[in-house]
Amino acid sequence: MKKLFSLVLCLVTTACLFAGCGSSDKYPNGKVYVYNWGEYIDEETIKLFEKETGIEVIYDEFDTNETMYPKIEAGASNYDVVCPSDYMIQKMIDNDLLAELNWDNLPNARANIGAEYYEQSLAFDPGNLYSVPYCWGTVGILYNTTMVDEPVTSWSILWDETYKDSILMQDSVRDLFMVALKELGYSMNSTNESELQEAKELLIAQKPLVQAYVIDQVRDKMIGDEAAIGVIYSGEAIYTQRENPNLAYVIPEEGTNIWIDSWVIPKNAENKENAEKFIDFMCRGDIALMNFEFITYSTPNTAARDLIEDDDIRNSEIAFPDLSKYDKLETFSYLGEEADTLYNNLWKEIKSYTSY
Amino acid sequence: MNKKMLSLPYLFWCAVFIIIPLCMVVYYGLTDKTGAFTLANIAAIATAEHAKALWFSLLLSFAGTVICLLLAYPLAMILSGMKVSQHSFIVLIFILPMWMNFLLRTMAWETLLEKNGIINTILHFLHLPALNIINTPSAIILGMVYNFLPFMVLPIYNALTKIDNNVVNAARDLGAGSFQTFSRIIFPLSLPGVISGITMVFVPALTTFVISTLLGGSKILLIGNVIEQEFTQTGNWHLGSGLSIVLMIFILINMVLSAVFDKDGEGATL
Repeated sequence: MKKLFSLVLCLVTTACLFAGCGSSDKYPNGKVYVYNWGEYIDEETIKLFEKETGIEVIYDEFDTNETMYPKIEAGASNYDVVCPSDYMIQKMIDNDLLAELNWDNLPNARANIGAEYYEQSLAFDPGNLYSVPYCWGTVGILYNTTMVDEPVTSWSILWDETYKDSILMQDSVRDLFMVALKELGYSMNSTNESELQEAKELLIAQKPLVQAYVIDQVRDKMIGDEAAIGVIYSGEAIYTQRENPNLAYVIPEEGTNIWIDSWVIPKNAENKENAEKFIDFMCRGDIALMNFEFITYSTPNTAARDLIEDDDIRNSEIAFPDLSKYDKLETFSYLGEEADTLYNNLWKEIKSYTSY
Repeated sequence: MNKKMLSLPYLFWCAVFIIIPLCMVVYYGLTDKTGAFTLANIAAIATAEHAKALWFSLLLSFAGTVICLLLAYPLAMILSGMKVSQHSFIVLIFILPMWMNFLLRTMAWETLLEKNGIINTILHFLHLPALNIINTPSAIILGMVYNFLPFMVLPIYNALTKIDNNVVNAARDLGAGSFQTFSRIIFPLSLPGVISGITMVFVPALTTFVISTLLGGSKILLIGNVIEQEFTQTGNWHLGSGLSIVLMIFILINMVLSAVFDKDGEGATL
């Protein structure tokens, strides 16, 4: 008898490990699985959404487009809403991973998102079938004015020996190559092998000067005066300046990446209607404003921008740059599998390089 | 109802979470994208970048293991010489940090070692030269030693406490000096603990990718980083699995060596 009891106990314990939590009465209208960038939403908006709609939000985060993609491709995770960047959306469309949106269910998205952002989206989402813009911005140089005296205008400062060990670069393949390709005057969507080899050589030459290759930590390290210069997304600039007034952000004259992160729904989503409700909720003016104030990334939501009370922020050159002033701005496009492999192999060569 | 039935849940656990994933790694490692058999993923270890990453991993984990051993052995000796009431407290102090998440502890070291980090602030205050090891191989070794030291101390301590005091006394009676007693009696008897400690430090150090990313600033590519990158960034599971198989061979060599030395499996019990 005792043995039988222990056997049952063992089985029950094992079974408990596999059992998920049952759905509660708090959320009568099902669930929605959301997969977004790290620290890319005001969590208060999720609570409001849950309260207003009775839909439970299960929220996960990723740190680069490249880590997000294999998860969606494998299909095991079943996310309902994802927020990738432009070129990754193109790749997902090409590989038939996305579901077409039903625009009838997205009145806020139609009314509030500026037309120019839909137009810009056409480059990676022809016909605006799959994506609703969530945030946009540029990539530029964030520098500490107490450590850098000269005016910063060009990517070439990242190769300046003076700032050895005080330079932070992005630890993500396309962003890293973008800097080198732009510095060389090439397109950041180049698939020309000799151009990419040249970019690789340039980045290898830079490696002894680089303090670290990081992603989200650029922000904290720049705030903490750890480094003089860092490559950063424009959205982080306002936040970092708030924390450390000595920091300044510039868009280099050689041009840079102008990017859009948009909500999309994967093809295998099980809660498509809830997903559309979630996306549309995020496009509501007041909600988009809450998100903008929390994450400080430029919002394409015109209703939200009109609601911003602080004139300095509403007309901020960083949050809402006048893009007509800059030429040579480009958006990443998906380059195909062969080019992806080439980029990754060259990236590995850079990472593997050591001067000792 | 026999005792074998009781082990069923554990067998099930082993099958689902160890055997099946291992088979999948082997399957992925030996096939290409079309599913055809290939050895290319394993041969890929010979490319310059991968071989260098493996070499660095072996080098750094070897250094980390040696330092752990040098620090852990005297400590284990001191602990085993203490009264029970005293040493249990010190053992507790050693295990205490392990209650915290490994990732958090490594991130804490990042903050400690930074240019304007806590250690340098203190050194600056004392007018001592700054410590600039963040984002270098030294920082990675430090991270390994810090994280894996308890895994070296405990098996050695265990082996040492098992040594019968009479054996030591007999050696003394027969005229052996302190050094001779140590080298001829204590050390050989504690060898199983040492071997098991070496395995438990070397294996996680060899495969780590978190420590090199956080404390190395992603500037030093270890084989663990290559594999992680193939799985999470590049999405080439076949290459990642192939390289994992190569890494497993090195771990197996280490295991076989320790099995040869540690026949009784004494040191493995914590």
